[in-house]
Amino acid sequence: MSHKLLDIQHFLRGTFNQGIHPPENKHFTAGKPIERLAFPPQLILPLSQHAGKPSVALVRKGQEVARGEPIARADGFVSVPLHAPASGVVKDICLMPSARGPMVESIVLDVYAGDPQEVLYGTDVDVDAIPASDLMQAVQDTGLVGLGGAAFPTHVKLSVPEGCVIDTVLINGCECEPFLTTDHRLMIEQAADLVAGTRILMKAVGAQRAIIGTEDNKLDAVEAIQAVLKPDDVVSVKAVQTKYPQGAEKMLAKALVNREIPSGNFPSAVGLGVFNVATATQIGQLLPKKQGVIERVVTVTGPGIGRPGNYIVPIGTPIRFILDALGFEGSARHLIMGGPMMGGTVSSLDTPITKGCGGLLILNEHQLTTEEQMKRYPCINCGACVDACPMMLNPCEMGRMAHKAQYETMAERYHLNDCFECGSCSYVCPAAIPLVQYFRVAKSVNRTKAAAS
Amino acid sequence: MSEAVQLKTSPHLRGMHSVDKIMRHVVYALLPVSLFSVMQFGLSALALIVTSVLVCVGTEHFFCKRSGTESTVSDWSAVITGLLVALILPPGFPLWMAAVAAFVSIAVGKVFFGGLGYNVFNPALVGRAFAQAAFTVPITTWTPGMAHRRFLEFIPTTLTPPFLKPDFDAFQIWVESLKIDGYSGATPLAMMKFDHIEVDTLELFLGTLASSAGESSALLILLGGLYLAFRKMLNWKIPVAVLGSAFILSGIFYLQNPEVGLPIYPSPFFTVTSGGLMLGAVFMATDMVSSPVTPVGVWIYGILIGSLTVMIRLFGGLNEGVMYAILLGNAATPLINNLTQPRIYGATRKRKEKAA
Repeated sequence: MSHKLLDIQHFLRGTFNQGIHPPENKHFTAGKPIERLAFPPQLILPLSQHAGKPSVALVRKGQEVARGEPIARADGFVSVPLHAPASGVVKDICLMPSARGPMVESIVLDVYAGDPQEVLYGTDVDVDAIPASDLMQAVQDTGLVGLGGAAFPTHVKLSVPEGCVIDTVLINGCECEPFLTTDHRLMIEQAADLVAGTRILMKAVGAQRAIIGTEDNKLDAVEAIQAVLKPDDVVSVKAVQTKYPQGAEKMLAKALVNREIPSGNFPSAVGLGVFNVATATQIGQLLPKKQGVIERVVTVTGPGIGRPGNYIVPIGTPIRFILDALGFEGSARHLIMGGPMMGGTVSSLDTPITKGCGGLLILNEHQLTTEEQMKRYPCINCGACVDACPMMLNPCEMGRMAHKAQYETMAERYHLNDCFECGSCSYVCPAAIPLVQYFRVAKSVNRTKAAAS
Repeated sequence: MSEAVQLKTSPHLRGMHSVDKIMRHVVYALLPVSLFSVMQFGLSALALIVTSVLVCVGTEHFFCKRSGTESTVSDWSAVITGLLVALILPPGFPLWMAAVAAFVSIAVGKVFFGGLGYNVFNPALVGRAFAQAAFTVPITTWTPGMAHRRFLEFIPTTLTPPFLKPDFDAFQIWVESLKIDGYSGATPLAMMKFDHIEVDTLELFLGTLASSAGESSALLILLGGLYLAFRKMLNWKIPVAVLGSAFILSGIFYLQNPEVGLPIYPSPFFTVTSGGLMLGAVFMATDMVSSPVTPVGVWIYGILIGSLTVMIRLFGGLNEGVMYAILLGNAATPLINNLTQPRIYGATRKRKEKAA
């Protein structure tokens, strides 16, 4: 921190208003090159790993599948296909535990132990020859979803709404969540694929330029990307200030091109298309081979794990398998899927890694108990949440209203629905009031009410 | 491997501050001011501080027990109130009166509203306002600092028996025994207002003149405030707005002084260093509970307090206006909050039309 205060360049870089500075904790894994983990004996592949309609299984129980083969198809436009992450045999199609909680329909795949696990599926294509209009279909065929965590089907973002013109593609490499380093390593190690994917995305949405944005705690990534750019390239890379939640697309749009995405709108409303670096990298890798998403990089990190690092794992790998391989001795209680600010806890270690999961954070007993022992106080009006909220909402006032269950007033007068649940308010609150948790409840009550009426 | 499942929602990290930690650090920041007060006024100041803190903490504890809730004294906020009550009273203030003021500050100023977080006014100032109305003479009786026997004996008024008036004759004899030249019993503010004598601003800044127990050293108050602001436990905008607006407004009046004769209006430097303005701006206007939360609101609130202080001092019947200025600012806080809701990200109507 202290050296940053002296770094004038840091303050000249773009940023958004307000936000917070949680301890970065990236040192566990930032310097660790991406490694491949062994294949697990069994994969669990939920048919719903994305926002939208679940995929429809194309395989039967007992059927043999080859690595990379499509095993489920997209059901409609807002849906994606699923590909076999390993060669093996379909053991069952049944309900299995998922990260979100409920049991979901999943394909259970027994992996062939002696198989060389080569990807034989796929054909080389000349991406430059694909017309822009066909790119959307090509992207959907890869099964790609937003790999930053939202898991929104990528091809849907490529359909530009009528009346909107996208002039700039923003590639989000901020990775503002503490601990996580997958995007950081991808930018360093696979910069060429990232830039290739970025060009494909630009073509698909008809943008004239693209900016890859990252936080200034990843300047080595900036150098790595710059090394693969042409002189006077339409793709550029830019560092912004390290601050949470810089990785939110609204914050990134503000920091990189100083545009505010209007309340309730998509980035396309201000001429932007925003994609995650991991997504862009995968496009650069998969489209030229006409393959699907079968694996992803996951940061396994935190004080509770023996060998933290950045690992390539097949989609569907049970968390338990990864943790056992890396020296973990705690329980599900210590585990967070995703980052510490927005990630979720899981009910079972048999939950699989899905397309949107970029991190496993393992806390230790000490951290958990300090957190749990925080005493609740009444709101003392300190305004820390008001100064932290990146959306410039008033969490202080909304917290008081939530206490009295005035959820509708919160939405009507205090812009509740503009809250994207980054958790900055709960993080800073000295009274340990669960503000963002209140807001989630309020939103869901409002949604239920709206659906009922 | 055990499967004890505990599902929590994000965020899983917490910032470093907690309410009791903030309050504890405010107490730390007030300690140098308190110690200076003891150094300056001796045993009496010490007794005043101890009494006030004990009564504040005791009152809060008593009311919590009475209402059958967990005692909230461990959050340290009652200690702050206790210290502040002592620091804004004259050093020779009778202890029983100080106890009443301290009781009123917690009971009426805080507990009646629902305790920490719900009080509308700064509790310490509620206590002081009560004392000002109830004990008009003792609260305007000032003692000189640095009396040579201050660590050996009390100021005579300090030990007044409960419910009796202080013995001012004994006090006069005591003051005369000190043999201090030119001591009039008036504070610099009173001298300025009624006799148009302006004392040296540097002395005010360092705090070597007659004043309330803890208002004398602007320097120590500022240092305490800087410490808190640096630790992000104090909103620096409020003292800046209060002192800045008081400085500018009194500066404007200062320029209107007649060219000959005694000055009517004090210099802006005198304004910000004299009386309770510094202590009020740094430690009382910034009371989180009773100050606004919105970014624009805190500026309006600070400027309101700074300007009101100057107006009361220059044109009101009193020579000191900080207390009422802050109480009025507190009263305006809900309104200020309401009128200054921040403009949220992406909320401009213009942009929406452009996008549509």
